[in-house]
Amino acid sequence: MTTEEIPEVESVTGTGVPVRGNDIDTDQIIPARFMKVVTFDGLGEFAFFDQRFDSATPAASRDGDGGAVEAQDDPKDHPFNDERFRDASVMVVNANFGCGSSREHAPQALMRWGIDAIVGESFAEIFAGNCLALGIPTVTADTETIESLQAWVDENPDGEIEVDVAAETVTYGGTTVEVAVDDAQRKALVDGVWDTTALMKSNADAVRATAESLPYVSLDD
Amino acid sequence: MSEGTLYDKVWENHAVAELPTGQTQLFVGLHLIHEVTSPQAFGMLRERDLDVAYPELTHATVDHIVPTADQSRPYGDDAAEEMMAELEENVREAGIQFSDPNSGDQGIVHVIGPEQGLTQPGKTIVCGDSHTSTHGAFGALAFGIGTSQIRDVLATGTVAMEKQKVRRIEVTGELGDGVEAKDVILEVIRRLGTEGGVGYVYEYAGEAIENLDMEGRMSICNMSIEGGARAGYVNPDETTYEWLRETDAFRDDPERFEELKPYWESVRSDADAEYDDVVVIDGDELEPVVTWGTTPGQGVGITQPIPSPEDLPADKRETARRAQEHMRVEPGETMEGYEIDVAFLGSCTNARLPDLRRAARIVEGRRVHPDVRAMVVPGSQRVQRAAEEEGLADVFREAGFEWRNAGCSMCLGMNEDQLEGDEACASSSNRNFIGRQGSKDGRTILMNPRMVAAAAIEGEVTDVRDLKEVTVA
Repeated sequence: MTTEEIPEVESVTGTGVPVRGNDIDTDQIIPARFMKVVTFDGLGEFAFFDQRFDSATPAASRDGDGGAVEAQDDPKDHPFNDERFRDASVMVVNANFGCGSSREHAPQALMRWGIDAIVGESFAEIFAGNCLALGIPTVTADTETIESLQAWVDENPDGEIEVDVAAETVTYGGTTVEVAVDDAQRKALVDGVWDTTALMKSNADAVRATAESLPYVSLDD
Repeated sequence: MSEGTLYDKVWENHAVAELPTGQTQLFVGLHLIHEVTSPQAFGMLRERDLDVAYPELTHATVDHIVPTADQSRPYGDDAAEEMMAELEENVREAGIQFSDPNSGDQGIVHVIGPEQGLTQPGKTIVCGDSHTSTHGAFGALAFGIGTSQIRDVLATGTVAMEKQKVRRIEVTGELGDGVEAKDVILEVIRRLGTEGGVGYVYEYAGEAIENLDMEGRMSICNMSIEGGARAGYVNPDETTYEWLRETDAFRDDPERFEELKPYWESVRSDADAEYDDVVVIDGDELEPVVTWGTTPGQGVGITQPIPSPEDLPADKRETARRAQEHMRVEPGETMEGYEIDVAFLGSCTNARLPDLRRAARIVEGRRVHPDVRAMVVPGSQRVQRAAEEEGLADVFREAGFEWRNAGCSMCLGMNEDQLEGDEACASSSNRNFIGRQGSKDGRTILMNPRMVAAAAIEGEVTDVRDLKEVTVA
């Protein structure tokens, strides 16, 4: 990714996958033992690993380019193991999703598994911020709306869901519901400024002025 | 909106610009980095051919993957060695100070920052680690960030943030015998919930907080994130200043100390500051708190019955049912007598010198239960040396604890220190999530360091107040 390519994410359309439960923490999304890596490549296969498999480690270790893991032992009942949801890109979750650590490995793993947008009751703050940095919207709705959507996804694994960030709506099977999108997130995604590095870099003089105004800061030059 | 709080003042002092998203570009006064969340950020910098903007305001250590037994290089675990080598290369290239194991200053990032005096009141402090909230104990605005934000901070010295609300949590009265800072924060999370702090910064205040030493304040601020609050802080006071005076930053430079003190004083919350919310907790009523479940909010006083899921709010019931199944506990029972296999005394929450001293007083003259594997992992090499010099290490060893080198260790099981199978662990750490300590069937019971010591001795969760304290000679 270069600074010139700052994509806009006005809406995401795809099939859904329901992942139920409140307080699903980042250790569940990506167990720490899979974070002993210096890139994010290949993390997708480890998303929800302990919820998906009974074995502690993948049956075949990661190949050289950080690619696929084969034939894990003892797959368990989990939507990410369910063939019907294998092509899903919209994940539907419940409350306080992504609580716990600041590891960006969590949304990275989900993104690399195929998730492009998440609809839920609520999200932990750092997790939502990390998603934004990757251009993944995290939109919220009340419990009833989410549960209806999860039920619909179960019945319609091939049904399309449109998460419209700009309009703050989610549309599925002829139904459109209103959802909430954090103001800054909406602006960042819709206007395509969620890649903040270049933007903030352009204020370098103002940054230096702030630094120099602070009594505790001693700069090298 | 809050007004006149430390948060408002520090925010204002560090605000650089308003971004098109409505977020504020906030100057970062101290950027701490470690080996797990930074390599990808350095990689992104290289891809864009960008330099580290403020290496002099950046400090690195290695903590998550570092072995706590044999630390000779190369590390036995190839993946750990690769991460360490990558960090060494990154900090060397950028000219970033690195508290590596050879320096004698290595340790958990949230232990070494304060002990080296890098952590100071009125600073903005970030790190790719959610427990960065720890540094708020000094009246800093400190919060965890993700790897893309680490890239931003490395490249620009700033981070994009939205301003949050401020909730004052006032803990009145005096903490009873055997009750510690850890119990206060576990109680806060139990009451306000694991998501109760989302959108808030927590200001901890009141007599019980003011009477805590800096280490106690750090334990509390550390677990703000477990209550959903990205940052928590305590206003700086004489206790803070006394601590700072003895750190590397000011020990030989009292003039610098006097120079900065007015700034520290100026960021304290005003007496008439306005808060978005205020919660009062009666400190007199608290007792040692332990967790019965798989979130830090599932705690209970040691003499109190484990709640029935039906008695909890509707949205907590299913989580509670699954937690009780995993932990194999029944509503109505207390946690006292819950058998443990492992005792872990360590982590950025509770592995500082006073934590080890208190635990040692419980351990001295006793033996670790024969069925228990017990280990002490000091928070830093400095803590380790100090504890060895004052005889604490011997006390633990003689009792049957393993005395290890500094690191994160079994708090999250990224090195070889992990639970096996369905082992139950009395732990002074901060998260009891399923799988957290390295085994997906492992069971974690969070508690204060003295309670961990008591559990190690008795082989089961024990009310430490029932064990007579022994004074270390």
